[in-house]
Amino acid sequence: MSILATNYLTPTGREEAWRFTPLKRLRGLHDGTAEISLRSSLIVKGALPSGVSFVRQELSPLASSDDIIIERIRGNSQEVAHLSISANTELLAPIHLGRLTGALDSAELSRVRISLGAHAIATVVVENSGDTVLAEDLEISLAPGSSLTFITLQEFESKSVYAARHHAVIDKDAVFKSVTVTVGGDVVRILPTVEFIAPGGSAELLGVYFATAGQFFEHRMHVDHAVPKAKSRVNFKGALSGRDAHTVWIGDVLIRAIAEGTDTYELNRNLLLSDGARADSVPNLEIETGEIVGAGHASTTGRFDDEQLFYLMSRGIALEDARRLVVRGFFNEIVIEIGIEAIQERLMNRIDFELERAGA
Amino acid sequence: MSTLEVRNLHVSVNTENGAVEILKGVDLTIKSGETHAIMGPNGSGKSTLAYSIAGHPKYSIVEGNVTLDGADVLEMTIDERARAGLFLAMQYPVEVPGVSVSNFLRSAATALRGEAPKLRTWVAEVKEAMEALNMDPAFASRNVNEGFSGGEKKRHEIMQLELLRPKIAILDETDSGLDVDALRVVSEGVNRAKENNNLGVLLITHYTRILKYIKPDFVHVFANGHIVEEGGADLADKLEANGYADYVSM
Ligand SMILES: Nc1ncnc2c1ncn2[C@@H]1O[C@H](COP(=O)(O)OP(=O)(O)OP(=O)(O)O)[C@@H](O)[C@H]1O
Ligand SMILES: [Mg+2]
Repeated sequence: MSILATNYLTPTGREEAWRFTPLKRLRGLHDGTAEISLRSSLIVKGALPSGVSFVRQELSPLASSDDIIIERIRGNSQEVAHLSISANTELLAPIHLGRLTGALDSAELSRVRISLGAHAIATVVVENSGDTVLAEDLEISLAPGSSLTFITLQEFESKSVYAARHHAVIDKDAVFKSVTVTVGGDVVRILPTVEFIAPGGSAELLGVYFATAGQFFEHRMHVDHAVPKAKSRVNFKGALSGRDAHTVWIGDVLIRAIAEGTDTYELNRNLLLSDGARADSVPNLEIETGEIVGAGHASTTGRFDDEQLFYLMSRGIALEDARRLVVRGFFNEIVIEIGIEAIQERLMNRIDFELERAGA
Repeated sequence: MSTLEVRNLHVSVNTENGAVEILKGVDLTIKSGETHAIMGPNGSGKSTLAYSIAGHPKYSIVEGNVTLDGADVLEMTIDERARAGLFLAMQYPVEVPGVSVSNFLRSAATALRGEAPKLRTWVAEVKEAMEALNMDPAFASRNVNEGFSGGEKKRHEIMQLELLRPKIAILDETDSGLDVDALRVVSEGVNRAKENNNLGVLLITHYTRILKYIKPDFVHVFANGHIVEEGGADLADKLEANGYADYVSM
């Protein structure tokens, strides 16, 4: 056990990147007061197919970060849990990563790398759960022509804190698709970020979140179109219910002057299921060239549509069932993109459960 | 044998400038097996009547009552009214994103029948109902009304009418937006429901065309929030020839 070095700037909450986050509930991850445990909780579930390895090794970061928590993680250790999928490997079944039991009285600082060699194709699922205080620097490297579907599930217990950056570096013609699911934890703050380093890449960042009373879930996207002819799509949907449920969605998309032929669209929709909940949604598109295919964004926050509920109820469906249908329908578009039946089912049941518990 | 009775129904809608009374004393009795046509100018309150009976939250009942076989309909929630045997085919059916037609129909049938229909027979039942209305079976996996054409939405309404077997159905301009073939197909659907379930029908329309297929026992002229004249099928022809000029000043 050690105490984090303290020669970092500590966010005050006035910084743009921290203005929504309840710093006091981060259990010392941001200001260095957290006691650091040596646990290393990430594990592979099941056997690894050939062409795939999972080792802990020293690696330097793929990309720089100006996030203070990521800085602290990197300052703490060189060791990275590295899932590597070799070139030309085509995996038919998903690889599942999970977590060993954590703890709430000390923090784990985790570095993870997922790398795909050229033309490799894979689906990787990371299932985060349990009681934990976890800060994570997760980097994804996609070699030319590779394709990754990355499913990240936040199903933490109610006191857990998770602060992470999930950063993908996308090389020529590589295809990245992520589905970020956040349904559990006290504070979850994820920075899904994407950086294109050669033309022809595409990134699809999808997400669903459901915050109930007192929960804070923040998803702060950053997509950097730093090369020509890359495509990005962002679509996050969230529901909130209960007092002081608070979600934040930030969609920063930067199209640099050199990034001609960029095609991007970002979307965030929030469903407020009760009073006293708050959804912040801030799309932010910065365009430095006019030579693009398309760029747009949309953000909506609304309540149950009375007309939809009326229509369903006019066919005999009771109010609670009508609400469940509408909420399931709202999330369905994203959930089916997970493509793994068992997880989709579990997630929909969790959504039903949260809805029921919230009495919405 | 069922009876829907509407007595002295006054209904208002809330606007920025306060409540505005739309229905000004509607009296109407519909029995099983009967077909009542309501015709009247735009904005006279026909849809308001339909929605009020179905329980749409937008409308406030000011006065009067509605009963189905003596039971107080206005005291019932929207879903209770449906379970009591009322059905509304809407003028503008609502899109429900992410909810498939098959999931929706099964939820509705489960609610109305009190138990989930047996999967095997249910699939066949839905398929048959769709075919009867010339609907592509692919509609079952599409989201409710999402991207349906106007005519497809109306066919979907009547398919539900057949599948859900209400006692009394209100059809709000089901014929609007239908091509000639669809009009016939939809009318046949309504007639089957009448034949098979002794359905009572309140048919709101602007055109006599549909009345050639679905023969009304009574025609009511609706103007300015209430019924201003009643007659037999021949009244519809008179309206078609003369319009509503005689009534709108009343
Ligand atoms: N929110 C509202 N504010 C003001 N007026 C309203 C509101 N909702 C309905 N109305 C009015 O109520 C009246 C009756 O509307 P309704 O839809 O019942 O007419 P309708 O007879 O069905 O007409 P159509 O033949 O065009 O379908 C209309 O004049 C309409 O403008
Ligand atoms: Mg109308």
